[in-house]
Amino acid sequence: MTVSVKQPFEKVVEQHGGTVLRVCRVLLGVHDAQDAWSETFLAAMRAYPGLPDDANAEAWLVTIAHRKAIDVLRARSRQPAPVEAVPDAPTGLGVPGAGDADLWQAVRSLPDRQRQAVAYHYVAGLPYAEIARIIGGTTDAARRAAADGIKNLRKNYPGAALKGAPA
Amino acid sequence: MTVSPNSVSPDYFASPADADTLARLRDKLGLAAEAEGLLDIAYTTVDSPVGALLLAATPKGLIRVAYDIEDHDRVLDALSQLVSPRVLRAPRRLDAAARELGEYFSGHRQVFDLPLDLSLSRGFRQLVQRHLPQIGYGQTLTYGQVAELVGNPKAVRAVGTACATNPLPVVVPCHRVLRADGTIGGYVGGPGAKATLLRLEAA
Repeated sequence: MTVSVKQPFEKVVEQHGGTVLRVCRVLLGVHDAQDAWSETFLAAMRAYPGLPDDANAEAWLVTIAHRKAIDVLRARSRQPAPVEAVPDAPTGLGVPGAGDADLWQAVRSLPDRQRQAVAYHYVAGLPYAEIARIIGGTTDAARRAAADGIKNLRKNYPGAALKGAPA
Repeated sequence: MTVSPNSVSPDYFASPADADTLARLRDKLGLAAEAEGLLDIAYTTVDSPVGALLLAATPKGLIRVAYDIEDHDRVLDALSQLVSPRVLRAPRRLDAAARELGEYFSGHRQVFDLPLDLSLSRGFRQLVQRHLPQIGYGQTLTYGQVAELVGNPKAVRAVGTACATNPLPVVVPCHRVLRADGTIGGYVGGPGAKATLLRLEAA
């Protein structure tokens, strides 16, 4: 039996920082993703000593990011026009490749639960049972939300090479 | 409709700029953690004539200097277990230590003037380590002489252990303690590193 050891928090950032950034990007778009990343890791560092040594760190981080993203979306809905206008501006801050403004538009137009399920399953690689725990509802509902989300993305972003996906 | 989990790659939402973005976000996290009082252990690594040195500090002071041959990852794991897992690479807290070590290795500093956190050692070992800075730059004592210095002349072997387990080599000068027969004795950084430091101080 191996004794599980709590690794230095730096390793957690190193191993999961990229995934959490991509999850935040899908949840919030390119602009707010960095703030959400910062708040997620600061909150995670605060709570880290109490995390069981054998816990799934990535699922734990995604759960925190989920809550932080909801905070950002609530704040956004309280201040309507100016913030909504910003994400349409061209940016070099992490939009992958040319022409992907359309992809972000398609991601943004998904219903919240579908966008969350897509982020947590296709980006973070979490199992549906874990996703159901984070977003609420049943495992089947989480699976359906992810499938519907992908279907809607394909429909609204037809130029998309959603990799290997059948047309 | 079935959607294979592989049909959308996680990389799809990645960007070529991610490495830069993440490096910037990690720097920012270090500063924010420090400001919020969450940075229990900050560390960095510096190059030196005796190889890469890991420097780690708590808010109280420098807690660990580690040689490459000690395996920096293992040293950080141990700090995470013994002190706190809130460990980040955050060089700013180590600025003074890095500067003083640079001055020492270039022959421009003989005494370190840094706050130290000696909490990794207890009892007799810590007592010995507290006394070691009394051995001046360029001087050496034997293990037996150090045992006398700390008021326990029979504890020669325990002095050897205290030197071998010094968590702050170079800064706490255990390299200035030699065997009674004049041979160099053991060293946490290896005998080569000990000889290099003694040569530097003899110049």
